Amino acid sequence: MPFIPHTEKDTREMLAAIGVDAIEDLFDEIPAELRIDHLHGVPEALNEMEVSRLMRERARRDGSPLCFIGAGAYEHHIPTAVWDLATRGEFYSAYTPYQAEASQGTLQTIYEYQTMITGLTGLDVSNASLYDGASGLAEAALMAVRANRRVKSGLVLLAPGVNPVYEHVAEAIAGSQGLTFEWLPMDAKSGNVAFEELPEGKEPVAVVMQQPTFPGTLEDVDRLTDWAHEQGAFAIGIANPMSLALLKAPGHWGEQGVDIACGEGQPLGVPLSSGGPYFGYMTCKQKHVRQMPGRIVGRTTDLDGNPGFALTLQAREQHIRRSKATSNICTNQGLMVTAATIYMSLLGFEGLASVARKSHANTTRLVDGLCTIDGIDRLYDASYFHEVALKFDRPVAPVLAAIAEKNILGGFDLTGGAGTDALLVCATETKTDADIDACIAAFAEEMA
Amino acid sequence: MSELPGDLLYTNDHEWLRREDDGSVTIGITGHAATSLGDLVYVELPEVGQDVELGGEMAVVESVKAASDVYAPVAGSVAAVNEELADDPEKINADPYGDGWIVRMKIEGLDESELMSPDAYQQLLDELDD
Repeated sequence: MPFIPHTEKDTREMLAAIGVDAIEDLFDEIPAELRIDHLHGVPEALNEMEVSRLMRERARRDGSPLCFIGAGAYEHHIPTAVWDLATRGEFYSAYTPYQAEASQGTLQTIYEYQTMITGLTGLDVSNASLYDGASGLAEAALMAVRANRRVKSGLVLLAPGVNPVYEHVAEAIAGSQGLTFEWLPMDAKSGNVAFEELPEGKEPVAVVMQQPTFPGTLEDVDRLTDWAHEQGAFAIGIANPMSLALLKAPGHWGEQGVDIACGEGQPLGVPLSSGGPYFGYMTCKQKHVRQMPGRIVGRTTDLDGNPGFALTLQAREQHIRRSKATSNICTNQGLMVTAATIYMSLLGFEGLASVARKSHANTTRLVDGLCTIDGIDRLYDASYFHEVALKFDRPVAPVLAAIAEKNILGGFDLTGGAGTDALLVCATETKTDADIDACIAAFAEEMA
Repeated sequence: MSELPGDLLYTNDHEWLRREDDGSVTIGITGHAATSLGDLVYVELPEVGQDVELGGEMAVVESVKAASDVYAPVAGSVAAVNEELADDPEKINADPYGDGWIVRMKIEGLDESELMSPDAYQQLLDELDD
């Protein structure tokens, strides 16, 4: 099946109709110095047979190792029904369809998704999703600038537990729009915010915190949310949605709750698949809804009084508000959200809590076992959910490489970020006791 | 369309101004603008005390299908905003020249040559109808 339906004849006819000689001429208004001839590192196009062969060969190389890596994306069991249903023709679209209201089933799915995510995060409204957790933070920061209008500093303070990749992405998206991102000081013992050293009077527009933190610890988010509000800033909470089955929802952090919550939705039924596609979620308090980017589906009644679903508050969006839109780069991840909605429906709140509890128990077994090995210890003294940073008495990379030979991915090398030899490990509900013990034994053998 | 109030000044952008006794001006959008936008669902108001340049964005009026900026027809600082529009934006549709006022501004002076009389604005509307 050809991916582009136009024949060369079609293309010639269309160009002739608008009086242009070649497709290239359509791009004339882009100055030559802004163009690039080719993308570095991107090879020439391959045909379908060549691509299939290449991808099969690469997929084989992935193998099926025992994975104890988390660091922002987590392996969870996905019931077969999730993708069986999500890939049905009725749902199988990456975006909200055009003439969205003609697709009531799609809109209802998004509406149910929004309801579930607001329930998990304890906030009033959700959008239909964003690209991923990292771009979600960028959008949340930009949203805070629009909604927290009294503060003009453009300064966004980040708790030390925020995923460093999210900071890079937020900086790339929002850095050129007058926002600056600064890290808050870290307490070396707990790995969390050093409350005694928090800077007063910087007039931040927003304070971002993550729970659990990137190195897996649990932060005092109640206190940090209150501190943000004392500074006149918005509180932005990033949370792993799976953890919210056990931990306090961001909407209830501190006295008033966060103003905006966002994060990575991948743990809810989306496979790791080498890094994407995933989806970002975003929820907020009702009073900020007009500054929220992205699509929102609402429930309404039609002329005959029958219930139905419609896209709502579209005047915030770029097809109406053009350059003044709340975002000109966001989209919803319709297919991923469909999978997440089915996943959450199948598990229910109790099911999510059971996955979360089992993941916590498995990680405890793994960490307790690893810490009996000479040369491995906890890096931070703090509570955790399903991920823990460990301190090593030697470089981590060679140990990981040796264990990989035994078909075990032993964790995420934290050495660069932590400034010391350190490893981040995670054992979700997908691991059996035997898997965990095999991992511990592999480390013990390598460290002996 | 109903009669235009005779005591107001008007702009090309379908806004109106009223000169108040204390030298400030009250600003809103005209009945024509309100009707064109349709039922308003939201008004984004400026902050009191904010300085606004001539032609600068002063407020946003939003209907179900469109959002439009309201540009400042004079330079000055915002003395008051119509807080009631936050809960009741359709006041602009119901009474654009009265309860639907948007902003009151303190100004240095008013250059009326840049503004239109009711007759001139009526003529503009008539041309739009043609």
